[in-house]
Amino acid sequence: MALPKRKTSKSKRNMRRAHDHVAVPNVIYCECGEPTLPHRVCPSCGVYKGRQYLQKADD
Amino acid sequence: MRHRKSGKRLGRTWEHRKSLFRNLSRSLLTYGKIRTTEAKAKELRKVVDRLITLALRNDLHARRQAYKVLENHALVKKLFDEIGPRFVGVKGGYTRVVKLGLPRPGDCAPLAIIEFTRGVHDEDEPEAKESKPKAEAAKEAPAKKKTKAKKAAEETPAEETPAEEAPAEEPAAEEAPAEEAPAEEPATEEAPAEEAPAEEAPAEEAPAEEAAEEPKKEGEDA
Repeated sequence: MALPKRKTSKSKRNMRRAHDHVAVPNVIYCECGEPTLPHRVCPSCGVYKGRQYLQKADD
Repeated sequence: MRHRKSGKRLGRTWEHRKSLFRNLSRSLLTYGKIRTTEAKAKELRKVVDRLITLALRNDLHARRQAYKVLENHALVKKLFDEIGPRFVGVKGGYTRVVKLGLPRPGDCAPLAIIEFTRGVHDEDEPEAKESKPKAEAAKEAPAKKKTKAKKAAEETPAEETPAEEAPAEEPAAEEAPAEEAPAEEPATEEAPAEEAPAEEAPAEEAPAEEAAEEPKKEGEDA
C-alpha cells in the first residue's frame, strides 16, 4: 500500500489550498441603485426587465 | 443509461414527480403565477406548455387529455375557456420563468417565478409600461423626422420654384444658368430629403404598431 514518505509541509499544504476560494458573485447594479445579480429579479425593488415581480409585502 | 431521456428527475420517483407536476400545474393554472424552485419551474414549463397546446386544439379529445393531467373539471374548463384563448396565434413560449434574486431561506434553493406570458394583469400593466418607452422612442424619431420634413418642406418650395423656373429661363438667357445652377443643385439635393421623410411619415403608424407588438415578442423570448 502506497504511503506518504514525508509529512506534508505547511508550505505544500498552503500551496494546495491557494486555489480554494469562494466564487465572487457577479454583482451588477439595478436601476434602483441597489446591488443585485444579473438575470435575476432585484431583491430590493422587485423589478426585472421593466416588470414588477415582487411587492413589498409579498412572500 | 439515461440516453435520450430528457427532463430532470428532481430526486423523485416517477409517481412522485408526476404528482408534483400535477400539483404545480394546477397551482399555476389557478393563480396564473407561482413561485417555486428554479429547477421545478423550468421543468414545469414543459408540462404547462403542453396543456396550453391542448387548449389551443380545443376539441373533446384534447379536453380529456388535459383532464388526465389536471383531474379537475373546473380547471380544465378554465384552461380551455379562459387561458387558452389568450394564446391564439401564439406559437409556443406560453410561460415565462424569471429567476429571483434571493434563494430560499432554509435550504438556499434558487427560486424562480413562473407565469403565463399572456396574463390578465400582464397585458394591462407591463405591456403598457414597456410599450411606452418604445412608443416614445418611436414617436421621437418620427417627430425629429417631422421637424426635418417641415424644414425641408419650408425650404424646398422656396428653392424649388426658382429651380423650376430655371430650365424655362435657361434657353432664354445663357448667363442665368450659371447663377441658377447652384440654386438648382441644393433643391435637387433636398428634394429627395423631403421625399424620404414623406415616405416615412405614413410609416410612423407602423412603428407604433410594432411597438405595441414587440413586448409580446419579448415576452416570448424571455
